[in-house]
Amino acid sequence: MEAFTTHTGRAVPLRRSNVDTDQIIPAHWLKKVTRDGFEDGLFEAWRKDASFILNQPERKGATVLVAGPDFGTGSSREHAVWALQNYGFKAVVSSRFADIFRGNSLKNGLLTVVLEQKIVDALQELTENDPEAEITVDLQAREVRAEGITAAFELDENARWRLLNGLDDISITLQNEGDIAAYEAKRPSHKPKTLQV
Amino acid sequence: MGRTLAEKVWDDHVVRRADGEPDLLFIDLHLLHEVTSPQAFDGLRQAGRPVRRLDLTIATEDHNTPTLDIDKPIADPVSRVQLETLRKNAAEFGVRLHSLGDVEQGVVHVVGPQLGLTQPGTTVVCGDSHTSTHGAFGALAFGIGTSQVEHVLATQTLPLARPKTMAITVDGELPDGVSAKDLILAIIAKIGTGGGQGYILEYRGPAIEKLSMEARMTICNMSIEAGARAGMIAPDETAFAYLKGRAHAPEGEDWDAAVEYWKTLKSDDDAEFDAEVVIDAASLSPFVTWGTNPGQGAPLSANVPDPASYEDASERHAAEKALEYMGLTAGQPLRDIKVDTVFVGSCTNGRIEDLRAAAEIVEGRKVADGVRMLVVPGSARVGLQAVSEGLDVVFKEAGAEWRHAGCSMCLGMNPDQLAPGERSASTSNRNFEGRQGKGGRTHLVSPQVAAASAVLGHLASPADLSDAPVPAGV
Ligand code: SF4
Repeated sequence: MEAFTTHTGRAVPLRRSNVDTDQIIPAHWLKKVTRDGFEDGLFEAWRKDASFILNQPERKGATVLVAGPDFGTGSSREHAVWALQNYGFKAVVSSRFADIFRGNSLKNGLLTVVLEQKIVDALQELTENDPEAEITVDLQAREVRAEGITAAFELDENARWRLLNGLDDISITLQNEGDIAAYEAKRPSHKPKTLQV
Repeated sequence: MGRTLAEKVWDDHVVRRADGEPDLLFIDLHLLHEVTSPQAFDGLRQAGRPVRRLDLTIATEDHNTPTLDIDKPIADPVSRVQLETLRKNAAEFGVRLHSLGDVEQGVVHVVGPQLGLTQPGTTVVCGDSHTSTHGAFGALAFGIGTSQVEHVLATQTLPLARPKTMAITVDGELPDGVSAKDLILAIIAKIGTGGGQGYILEYRGPAIEKLSMEARMTICNMSIEAGARAGMIAPDETAFAYLKGRAHAPEGEDWDAAVEYWKTLKSDDDAEFDAEVVIDAASLSPFVTWGTNPGQGAPLSANVPDPASYEDASERHAAEKALEYMGLTAGQPLRDIKVDTVFVGSCTNGRIEDLRAAAEIVEGRKVADGVRMLVVPGSARVGLQAVSEGLDVVFKEAGAEWRHAGCSMCLGMNPDQLAPGERSASTSNRNFEGRQGKGGRTHLVSPQVAAASAVLGHLASPADLSDAPVPAGV
């Protein structure tokens, strides 16, 4: 995973609530067996509409998505995170994310930032009026900054540490091999097994 | 202080706990399917890691599988590659796989319980959000992303922060003709698609205790639609009886030890939940969705709501958008909505009791002209059971299509899809825009409502069938 410390970029304000993962990346894209190449599937249905914000020339190269509440609801597909990243997004701001989406994003180094709705509104307004406006997402300082706006955000210390250092979860867990083996040794025999041994 | 069911199961699986870190939880059962696993196996391969516990891992094919001509090569090359990738990965790593054509193949959340692998007090994960289904047994079961799939394959554990707990107490008794699906749709409409976020839900109370295991699975299945990662129901004699004798249920002394443990799995009387919701079952009636998220539902007897009636601006906006997409007008009676497709199936309502309920209604009747009804068993075994009871014949005689097991039109990754503008009454769990096919419009319903709607050609409940002939538009 790539480390995330701080990022500054232009934004795409997406004024929709309850954007589910089927909208972020439709199911037929899930047939791919790699982690890349999902950028064209991002918001595929909406992008057919020329007036959709992502299609506006001035939004090209934007890297921060400022989304409505309840972003990423629905399926557990990690492809939604990959699609956002493949497209070029580094951070998503919303007042509320679906749990699984949030977990997936933090595991892949896509920073999902939770801010109060009124701050999200302000960021949307700012970037709607001025497509050149930049937003800084500073993980070190746990702060989002834009013209006239400074807002602190929370992220648990462990997730933050992993993101800042770009650490891979599996290697961290495998350092606790002894604990896993000890747990396995005391598991009751009535627990189910998929293979008969 | 006492502990909740979820807390007990959680505590029993903590491998490592340290200040400032998420708990490391042991995973008892890992279910795999073709969609969310390829990138995880790739990760293992790149790191040179084996699957740590093949004996706790099992795979099936469901999302992409066709429901017709299953003995022929799969027509869609991309679906074929995905299924072949799973087969190759399973062979290479030694994972047990039930492929298309195998009697145990089917939707992953139907297969686990039917094999007796889903047991009370276990932790169950799968790269699929409807893993919450397995909570019906008092298992702590939740969907995970592909990175976590790889993590479980490599370590049989997951680092997780413990969610809060919410009790959903359902008092009273469900009236006749009101099913578990109606109940869960009503719960989601009440608490909202974000209402369960950050919580493990525990469904309890007299109305829940009376439900069969299959009905309990329908309830827990849709916990994710209320935003919760997991839903649970305390295991009881109904659960033990369901498990007894299943292929992977414990036997002999192990059975006795297991039951003794399972009996401890309920929330203590003095346990404290972080939130509680109370529902009166007696006040419920058949429930359907009118919008594009599962929280946008109402009793079948109601009208399409007026977006202007929502105080919250984002809800109002969402309702406007939903009505536009669904092609509905505020104030229109839900019963007036004509459907051209009916889908009975999925991990929500594709089990034998669901098929029986639908068959009972269409038996001796005909699917309305211009309506296509698709019946897709949740697993090959459910299909065989239905055939042995003659249900396939009942469906076919009524003019419905009887298909092979899989996810099918629940998400339209295989050829079973809605065409743009087509409208379905569907027993599945998501009515998102385009979920069942681009431009398709979905109304979530129970198997009973699905069957009655197929016969009448508009959203209807079985009770509407008796006042025949039903004049158009009532
Ligand atoms: S039946 Fe539908 S909800 Fe269930 S696993 Fe398949 S696609 Fe997902």
